[in-house]
Amino acid sequence: MQSNLVTDDKQKNKLEKAFEILKTMASKPSGLIGLTIVLFHVVLALISPYIAPYDYKAISPNTMLLAPSAEHWFGTDSLGRDVFTRTILGGRTALTVTFFGSLIALLWGGLLGIFCGLVGGKIDDVVMRVVDAFLSIPWILAMLLIVSLLGTSTEVLIPALGFFYGKGIVRVARAATHDVIAKDFIVSARARGHSNMSIIWNEIIPNVRDAILVEGAMRWSWMLLGFSSLSFLGFGVSPPTPDWGLMISNARGLMSFAYWSVIAPIVGLSSLIIGINLTADAFAKALGIDRSTKAPV
Amino acid sequence: MNEIIERVKNLSIGFNSQKGKQISILRNVSTNIKKGETVGIVGESGSGKSTLALAMMGYIKQGLFPLKGECLFKSEDLLKMSSRQLEKIRGRKIAMIPQNAGQALTPNLKIGYQIDEALRLHTDLNKTERDKKISELLNKVRLPSPETMAFRYPHELSGGQQQRVAVAMALAGKPDLLLLDEPTTGLDVTTQAHVLELLRFIAKDTGTSMIYVSHDLGAIAQVSDRIVVMYAGEIVLEGPARKILKEPIHPYTYGLLKSIPKLSLAGLPASMPGSQPQPGSINEGCSFYDRCNLATDNCKKNSPSLEYIKELDTNVRCFNYKELINQNNNLQTSITKKSNNSEANEVLKLKDVSISYAKQKFFDQLLNKITDQNPTVKDINIDIKKGETIALVGESGSGKSTILKSIAGLLKTKDGQIKFENDRILSSDLKMRNPNDLRAIQLIFQNPDESLNPNHTVEQILSQPLKLYFNLSGEELKKNIIDLLKKVRLGEFYISRYPRQLSGGEKQRVAVARAFAAKPDIILCDEVTSALDVSVQAAVLNLLQQLKEDLGTTYVFVSHDLAVVRAISDRVAVLYQGRLCEIGPSQNVYKFPSHPYTEVLLGAVLEPDPDIKPKLVAEDIVEEKPPEKGCSFQGRCPRKIGDICNSEVPPWQIGENGNAIRCHINIEELASLQQ
Ligand SMILES: Nc1ncnc2c1ncn2[C@@H]1O[C@H](COP(=O)(O)OP(=O)(O)OP(=O)(O)O)[C@@H](O)[C@H]1O
Ligand code: SF4
Ligand code: SF4
Ligand SMILES: [Mg+2]
Repeated sequence: MQSNLVTDDKQKNKLEKAFEILKTMASKPSGLIGLTIVLFHVVLALISPYIAPYDYKAISPNTMLLAPSAEHWFGTDSLGRDVFTRTILGGRTALTVTFFGSLIALLWGGLLGIFCGLVGGKIDDVVMRVVDAFLSIPWILAMLLIVSLLGTSTEVLIPALGFFYGKGIVRVARAATHDVIAKDFIVSARARGHSNMSIIWNEIIPNVRDAILVEGAMRWSWMLLGFSSLSFLGFGVSPPTPDWGLMISNARGLMSFAYWSVIAPIVGLSSLIIGINLTADAFAKALGIDRSTKAPV
Repeated sequence: MNEIIERVKNLSIGFNSQKGKQISILRNVSTNIKKGETVGIVGESGSGKSTLALAMMGYIKQGLFPLKGECLFKSEDLLKMSSRQLEKIRGRKIAMIPQNAGQALTPNLKIGYQIDEALRLHTDLNKTERDKKISELLNKVRLPSPETMAFRYPHELSGGQQQRVAVAMALAGKPDLLLLDEPTTGLDVTTQAHVLELLRFIAKDTGTSMIYVSHDLGAIAQVSDRIVVMYAGEIVLEGPARKILKEPIHPYTYGLLKSIPKLSLAGLPASMPGSQPQPGSINEGCSFYDRCNLATDNCKKNSPSLEYIKELDTNVRCFNYKELINQNNNLQTSITKKSNNSEANEVLKLKDVSISYAKQKFFDQLLNKITDQNPTVKDINIDIKKGETIALVGESGSGKSTILKSIAGLLKTKDGQIKFENDRILSSDLKMRNPNDLRAIQLIFQNPDESLNPNHTVEQILSQPLKLYFNLSGEELKKNIIDLLKKVRLGEFYISRYPRQLSGGEKQRVAVARAFAAKPDIILCDEVTSALDVSVQAAVLNLLQQLKEDLGTTYVFVSHDLAVVRAISDRVAVLYQGRLCEIGPSQNVYKFPSHPYTEVLLGAVLEPDPDIKPKLVAEDIVEEKPPEKGCSFQGRCPRKIGDICNSEVPPWQIGENGNAIRCHINIEELASLQQ
């Protein structure tokens, strides 16, 4: 059937459109739950430095491994640090690193993908082979190499993660571009004599943007897991930075008698991953992109 | 003969809108299919014809549901059956042939195997019986050399042959009812005529009832005993085919028939204003009210019901149908168009143009030349005069689009030159053309869904050329956009719409406006009306003609539809396999003598008239490549005279009437042969 919705007549500005998309996302329970979780985490990450009751790195032998209480809501860890403080600040670390990481992944992945889709032919073949070759190296090993050479500061981690998680985005952006450039409106623009830049900017990007954004959102949740795994293995951010992976790693031996020190970061990490996943799915649906038909990358 | 095998009673089918409203797309449809009868269901896109046809085999598309009514197949309601019960009926008792048979066949299985599967599923025959049946079926659908055909894969068959295989598979279970949804749409004219002829034969031979769904009255006219005309989800007219086509007594059908271009008529078909209302936006009163020129106040307030008229054996849904009885002579009229004066200068010349898709070899790439002895398009010489409409006609693959692309600079020519205004050679590379030449030549494409950026508003779409060529901005830009919209008869409020918020005809108008925005000298039209409904097609053709008369634009008009070409063009060039066969003033190309290929094409045109049957003089085989030497049409020519056709390129001969024909047969002899 034709969808000739003559109803929304006036042109909506960008803000109204974004709001509309949010509304559609929230109209389904799963989307609403996802959005709520993500919003909760983001707000907490923003205000955590101001509401944290303790200093995250204050070691105190007197308060080692205390069970949750009115003073220490989530108890304390083996060095006597407040788990609540470290959990909410850990969320801040995870979100900052992966947010900027995803941004980098989106940027290089998206642009390279669009470029490859556009030029096609030999250049496309070669670039895609190189991308594939690079990424057939297990990323954990590669990350290991990078952090051992360059250290574990966020200045290293963010671009490194961004690089590794951009691969899938290259593929999606390239496929989306391929779909679009076969269309007559691109041929029409070329025949009119528009410059390549103008064609990319006006004709291609608006039509591949949604697919790339959705992929980026999906990658974000994977990157979160990857980042925490790195910390867990000791190759992520270094102590005493508050970080969920590190916290889980440090406390896992004490699970049998001090479960509280590990529960909080686990709940934090898994809820954020689930939240982002649900949101990304709802986002895809709201934009009318069917993720289930895309080949897994 | 009068036994009814399927009875549809008061059927309504609908869906729930996002706002929770129930919207019907079929409303109160009742009809009967008798044994051995072929019923054509015709309507524009969105009229609900496919929904009705699918419901007749108990299938409701996802998201839709029956609101009321029933579909009784041999007195059992298909809509109430479980899927297990339906499985027993589908394929065995009711079979279906889809629009695109090529896609419905499994690509990696041999034809014979696929038919065998159908036989195993729907009959109780054993292996040897089935083998016999397979060759019987392949014979019945008249596939050449059925023995070897069974061992071929679908991709080794042409579109028409694939459609025949689909018919064979549908016949496997000896169905009582055969459902065909646009079975020939997308096939070449000659192939279409052949497939229809086959269907007519099968209906007679096997006594199977058929439901033939199409938007094409020409095709419907060839096969149907009875015709059902749908409009906005309702049956508006139903009756014997001849009566419906020759004496339509519903204003919609009347207008529809008038809007079809006919070979016998020069000039443009009359168009119907407006477009079909969308489901959900149908108000009280007659759903055709907005477009009807017989409408009265009564029609606005009250909905007419389907009324049976005994004398005509016809059901009609109209208060004022009586006014149309005995009005039918008016059907054979058309709008005369101003012809181009032949004194004008030539604006575009194609000189010895050849185009090849062959991959360049390494050395050739270095030397920047193309070596291909047998290019896709060869030796095209056409001089196009200012203000004329020249049509390029031919079947799919004849190189029509290829030629347009190279005129637009999208495709490099192998040899030859394209000269624009005063014999200035246009570079065959887009990047080397100067901006003014780019502006002067604009393209309009077949499918407006693909040619308009879905993420741009009409304003953004139209501002592209205005900004690029004229550097307009602000108020002036807006004013120009509104002027353009007015030119293509669209209101100012369309400016903020997205393509998805426009109907097919409106989209194509925007595409036309975009081309005219550049103030071009030449517009290249590639099948611009073939994705549109006939009533909309007539409107777009009239619009193009009007704009041309006002602005003096030159059109190069590509189409496979000879009747459309006849209506719009001043001159016609007929192409086969990338080679010119015939060129001349359009009124002469439709008169004999013609090139044998033109004769074949003309014979295959389907007219919406049961008395004009297509003449099938040549096989509908498809050739992969043009022949290396001799006449391009040698493989299919029904008038081939011998070896000379295979070895020597035929000479051009110019007839008395000024059309040039490229054939070895002497033109006078050709004239007497074609008498
Ligand atoms: N990009 C391409 N690469 C190779 N061959 C091509 C390409 N495009 C078209 N062809 C071939 O060139 C021939 C002419 O194609 P063209 O598209 O010009 O035909 P057409 O007359 O426009 O047909 P239609 O009516 O189907 O649009 C066909 O045999 C086609 O298969
Ligand atoms: S009922 Fe009235 S509006 Fe409807 S088709 Fe008949 S004359 Fe036209
Ligand atoms: S030259 Fe021969 S093959 Fe070609 S059209 Fe004429 S008769 Fe037919
Ligand atoms: Mg074409």
